[in-house]
Amino acid sequence: MHHHLILRVVTKILVAPIILFALYVQFHGDFSPGGGFQAGVLMAVAFILYGIVFGLETVQAVMPAWLAHKMMAAGVMIYAGTGVVSLLLGYNFLDYGSFSPHHPSHGQHWGIFSVEFGVLITVTGVMVSIYYAFAARRPAISNEEW
Amino acid sequence: MLDLFIDLSLFTMLVATGFAIVKMRRLFGVTMMTGVFSLLSAMLLVTLDAVDVAFTEAAVGAGISTVLMLSTLTLTSRIEKSPVHTPWIPLLVVAVTGAVIIYGTLDMPNFGDANAPAQVGVAAQYMERGPEDMDLPNTVTYILASYRGYDTMGETSVVFTAGVGVLMLISGLRRRRRRKPSRDEGEVS
Amino acid sequence: MPEIEYILGHLNYWLFTVLMMTGLYIVVAKGNLIKKIVGLNLFQSAVFMFYISLGKITGGTAPIFPLDMRIDPATVYTNPLPHVLILTGIVVGIATTSLGLALIVRIREEYNTIEEDEILGIEKELVAQENRTLGDAMGGRA
Repeated sequence: MHHHLILRVVTKILVAPIILFALYVQFHGDFSPGGGFQAGVLMAVAFILYGIVFGLETVQAVMPAWLAHKMMAAGVMIYAGTGVVSLLLGYNFLDYGSFSPHHPSHGQHWGIFSVEFGVLITVTGVMVSIYYAFAARRPAISNEEW
Repeated sequence: MLDLFIDLSLFTMLVATGFAIVKMRRLFGVTMMTGVFSLLSAMLLVTLDAVDVAFTEAAVGAGISTVLMLSTLTLTSRIEKSPVHTPWIPLLVVAVTGAVIIYGTLDMPNFGDANAPAQVGVAAQYMERGPEDMDLPNTVTYILASYRGYDTMGETSVVFTAGVGVLMLISGLRRRRRRKPSRDEGEVS
Repeated sequence: MPEIEYILGHLNYWLFTVLMMTGLYIVVAKGNLIKKIVGLNLFQSAVFMFYISLGKITGGTAPIFPLDMRIDPATVYTNPLPHVLILTGIVVGIATTSLGLALIVRIREEYNTIEEDEILGIEKELVAQENRTLGDAMGGRA
């Protein structure tokens, strides 16, 4: 896409606000619509947009494929790890009251925060990896078929 | 009355988009129509008060899914071949299935009924105890992450598993192994 | 007029059924695999909207409390439980859709087509060929 000047300029301007918006959706999800799933998709969209316009090598300099693959598993581990920590503290699995026994609702805040963070990591990793997998494939057809 | 009008006009557009998808043979157009369908359904979800779901649908359906469809199109073909079968048997199957489903809805409570079985069960408990237990304004977030934490963990692992499946199928990580020419390769293409 | 009320109360469900059946028709009648995936997505979206509409309460509002948590007991909030289940369902749906698309890409690479009829034809030919080879090996009697 070397000749699409407007696309490239607009993309460069847009990528940072998209990531910022994703973080806003993530951390403001307790108070307004949003949460880990939506924020993960938005975060992935920022990388995918960058990849579409500037090419796979450029975006993989920012987020290498191995990082996306590790993120997929790391998010699930953060989620399940939250449950294991609450288990070790002597409560039920995923019972967030354990993180702040005197203030159960504060414990809930911590638990929800950590769990949503795990969801964010997994969803971002999965969406970006799927995009990489599709984009790295060599197209097998001629252009006349359009 | 205004509710009904908005509802019906959104539905008309959704059904029109659906029929356009049925008719269209250019897969590029079909992909665009899918995006339109997602945005329309996001609007409909807002009228149903499901703002979180509408947000997700708009981001996922119109964003990621369009990108994935387009990348699949570049790897496969762009035109659907013209159909060889008559459409009557599928139409019959669809009509019968639709009639059975509509027959099933006849016993359901009216749309928006506050005393429907779906409203009085565990959901009412979540709404009642939530503010005290969680002290968070967004009910969807705290049910998702805390009351229904097990469900969400399962969903997260399903997303992870689907990602692993895609990587195993087409990531090309497997290609490092030496390829043996299989017996019927080359005869196919 | 109870009949009108009944029809208006169930109209939504019937319209969702029409959408669902549009998706089902695409899955059953169309031979193109990508089209089939699109049909499944339509069906899935219709089910999601149907499920959400079960949680709607007339006169209700979006299930988000005021920021200061002073909840007015007179406010009616729509049931948030279907929203939670469908929200995760949408993301799982896109992940499984991409799995299906990846399968289509592999099928295209092996068979060089994504039309169901042609794939079946190729499969049949392969089986016939194999039978012929095996039959020759057994003296032409298989």
